[in-house]
Amino acid sequence: MNYNWNWSIFFETSPDGVHTYLTTLLLGTAWTLATALAAWCLALALGSLVGVIRTTPFPWLVRLGEAYVELFRDIPLLVQMFLWYFVLPELLPVSLGDWLKQLPDASFYTAVVALGFYTSARVAEQVRAGITSLARGQRFAALALGLTLPQAYGYVLLPMAYRIILPPLTSEFLNVIKNSAVALTIGLMELTARARAMQEMSFQVFEAFTAATIIYIIINIAVTFGMRWVEQRAAVPGLIGAAVPAATH
Amino acid sequence: MITLNHVSKWYQTFQVLKDCSTEVAKGEVVVVCGPSGSGKSTLIKCVNGLEPFEKGTITVAGISVGDRKTNLPKLRARIGMVFQHFELFPHLTVMRNLELAQMKVLGRGKEESERRGMQLLERVGLQEQAHKYPGQLSGGQQQRVAIARALAMDPIAMLFDEPTSALDPEMINEVLDVMIALAKDGMTMMVVTHEMGFARKVAHRVVFMDKGEIVEDAPTADFFGKPRSERAQIFLSKILQH
Amino acid sequence: MFSNFDFDVIIRSLPYLFLDGMTFTLMLTALATAIGIVVGTLLALMRLSAFAPISILAAGYVNLMRSVPLVLMIFWFYFLVPYIGQWITGAAQPIQVGAFASSLVTFTLFEAAYFCEIMRAGIQSISRGQVSAAQALGMTYPQTMGYIVLPQALRNMLPVLLTQTIILFQDTSLVYVLSITDFLGAASKVAQRDGRLVEMYLFAALVYFIISFLTSRLVRRLQIRTAIIR
Repeated sequence: MNYNWNWSIFFETSPDGVHTYLTTLLLGTAWTLATALAAWCLALALGSLVGVIRTTPFPWLVRLGEAYVELFRDIPLLVQMFLWYFVLPELLPVSLGDWLKQLPDASFYTAVVALGFYTSARVAEQVRAGITSLARGQRFAALALGLTLPQAYGYVLLPMAYRIILPPLTSEFLNVIKNSAVALTIGLMELTARARAMQEMSFQVFEAFTAATIIYIIINIAVTFGMRWVEQRAAVPGLIGAAVPAATH
Repeated sequence: MITLNHVSKWYQTFQVLKDCSTEVAKGEVVVVCGPSGSGKSTLIKCVNGLEPFEKGTITVAGISVGDRKTNLPKLRARIGMVFQHFELFPHLTVMRNLELAQMKVLGRGKEESERRGMQLLERVGLQEQAHKYPGQLSGGQQQRVAIARALAMDPIAMLFDEPTSALDPEMINEVLDVMIALAKDGMTMMVVTHEMGFARKVAHRVVFMDKGEIVEDAPTADFFGKPRSERAQIFLSKILQH
Repeated sequence: MFSNFDFDVIIRSLPYLFLDGMTFTLMLTALATAIGIVVGTLLALMRLSAFAPISILAAGYVNLMRSVPLVLMIFWFYFLVPYIGQWITGAAQPIQVGAFASSLVTFTLFEAAYFCEIMRAGIQSISRGQVSAAQALGMTYPQTMGYIVLPQALRNMLPVLLTQTIILFQDTSLVYVLSITDFLGAASKVAQRDGRLVEMYLFAALVYFIISFLTSRLVRRLQIRTAIIR
C-alpha cells in the first residue's frame, strides 16, 4: 500500500498556525455538539407542538400538521439547508437579507434552524404515535374530571407519551448529531468538515477520518448510555415505559 | 419404530423432561396426555429433533435422533408432523404447500407431486380448495390440509402435537375423523391430545405425563378402566367432566 | 421578491438537470437499493446466526455504519475504494474509480446496515411455528430460509423497505460534497454558473418533494392493500 502512515500528525500544528490538528478536530466536535443540541431543542419544541395538534379533534389543525410533516420529510436535508442559507436571504426585504448574509457564524444559525425544522417533522411523528398509542380512555378520563384540553395534554397525555417514545427519540437525537455533518456544505466547521480540512492540508487521509469516526462512535455510545439512564429514572413502576431501547432509522 | 430411552431435557436450570422412556411399535397408535406444563409437547418435538435433548436416546426406525452425525432433514422427511397452529405456509396456495417439500426435499417432479397432492386432498375431503390460500380456509380445513401435507412425504410415522386444541368445537370432529381413518389404515402415530374420545376409539396405548415425567404407560382399556397412579386418576376425573 | 424570477433558466437547463443529474440519482438509488437489500439480508442472517463470531462481526458492522454520518462515509469510501481496488487486483498504484462506482459502493454498504435492521425485524416476526413446520418436512436451513421465511419477511417488510428507499433517494443528494453531478449537483452547477440560486434550488426542492411525496403515497396504498390480503 503506497500510503505513508503518520499518526503523530495530530500533534503537528495545523495551517492556522495556532492549534494542533487534534485541537482543530476537538473544536469541530464542539461545534457539532453545539449545533446538535440547539437544533434538538428547536426540534423538540416544534415537533411536540405539531405532533400534539395532529391528535386534536380539529380537522384543519390535523391537516396543517400533516402538511408540515410532509413538507419537511420529502425534501432532502441538504436541499433544505441550501434553501435556508442561499434562498431565504434573497426572498426577504433587501435590508433583512443583507443583515442575514453579514451575520457572523451565519452557517451555525442556518444549520441549527434547518436541522431543527427537518428533525421537528420526525419528532412530530413520534409524538403523534406516542399519544395515539395511549388508550383513548385516558383522554376521556382527563376531560371528564373537568380538565381543559391543554391541561389534559399537559398533565396526563404528554407525560406518558414521552416516556413511551424515549427509545425512538433517542435514535432521533443520534440522527441529529450525524446530520449536523451536512452543514459542512454551508461552511460550518464541525467535526467532519475539520477532518476533511485536515485531510486536504496534511494528506494524511486515513488518520484524519479514523479520528473523526472514533469521536462519532464515542459520542454515540455516550448518548446511548445517557438516554438509558434517563429512561430508567423516568420509568413508571409496573408499566412498560422503560423497556429495552430499540433504535430504528 | 420409535423408541425413547431415559430422555432428559433442561431449559437452562429447569428440567422439562425427567428420564422418559417409552416405545411406539409399527402400526401402533399412542396417545400422550397430561396437564399443561407436563412436557408432552416438548417430548414429541424431541422425537424428530425439533427440540434438542441432553440425556438419553431416541431412535426412529433404527436411526438415533440425538446423534450428531445423523442427517436430521433426511430423517424428518420420513416422519410427518402436524402442529397445534396448523402452520401452513400462508404465502403459498394449498397445492403449493403440498408440493413444495415433495419437490425440494424428496426430489419428485412437479407432475408427480401434484398428483400425490391431489390424491391426499381427496383423502381428507378438500380437493376443491387446491388453489386457495390458507388464509381463505377455516381452521378445520387448514388442519386437514396440514395432515395431507405431512402425508405427502409418505412418512413411516406421524407425530401430532395437540392437533385440535386451536380449533373451534364444531371443527374438531372433521379433523379427528381424518386421524381415525389414518389410524385404521395402520399408520404408526404418536398423538399429544386432550381428546379422550379419540384415545378410546383408536389408541392402543395411553401415556400420561405430569411435571416432565411419564407417570403412567398402559394399554387404553387399562388406563381408562383402572389407572394405577393417583395423578392420572385426578387428571382423568377433571377432563372427563366435559 | 419574485419580480425577476427567471423561469427561463430552469427551462433551459431541464435536459441537463434530468438527463445528466436525475439519471445519476435514480440509477444510484435503484442499484444501491437492490444490492443493499441483498447485502442487508445477508447481514441480518449473520446477526441471527447462532455462531457467535459471525453474529458479532455483523452487529459490529451495522453499529459502525449507524454511528457515523453518511457524509463522512462518502469521504471514507472515496479515498478507500482505490486502495481496496489496488489490494484486490495487486496493482502498483491505487485504482482510479469513477464517481458513480465510488458512490455506489458507499451507498450500498451504508444503507445495507439499515436494510439489515429492517430484514432482521422481518425475519424475527415470522413465527417459530413456520420454521418448525418447514424443518418437520425435512427442509434444510437454506431451504427453510429461501422458500418459507425470507419470502414472507420481504412481503411483510415491503412498505418499510420502500420507505427506506425514499430516504436513500434523498440521501444521494449528499454526493454534492464530492462535486458529483447528481440532480442536486446539476442544479447547483447551473445555479452558480448563471447566478440563479433562488430559482434552481427552489426547483430542485420542488422536484425532490414531488417524487418523494408521490412515492410515499404509493407506499401507503400498498400497505393498505397487502394488509387486506393477509
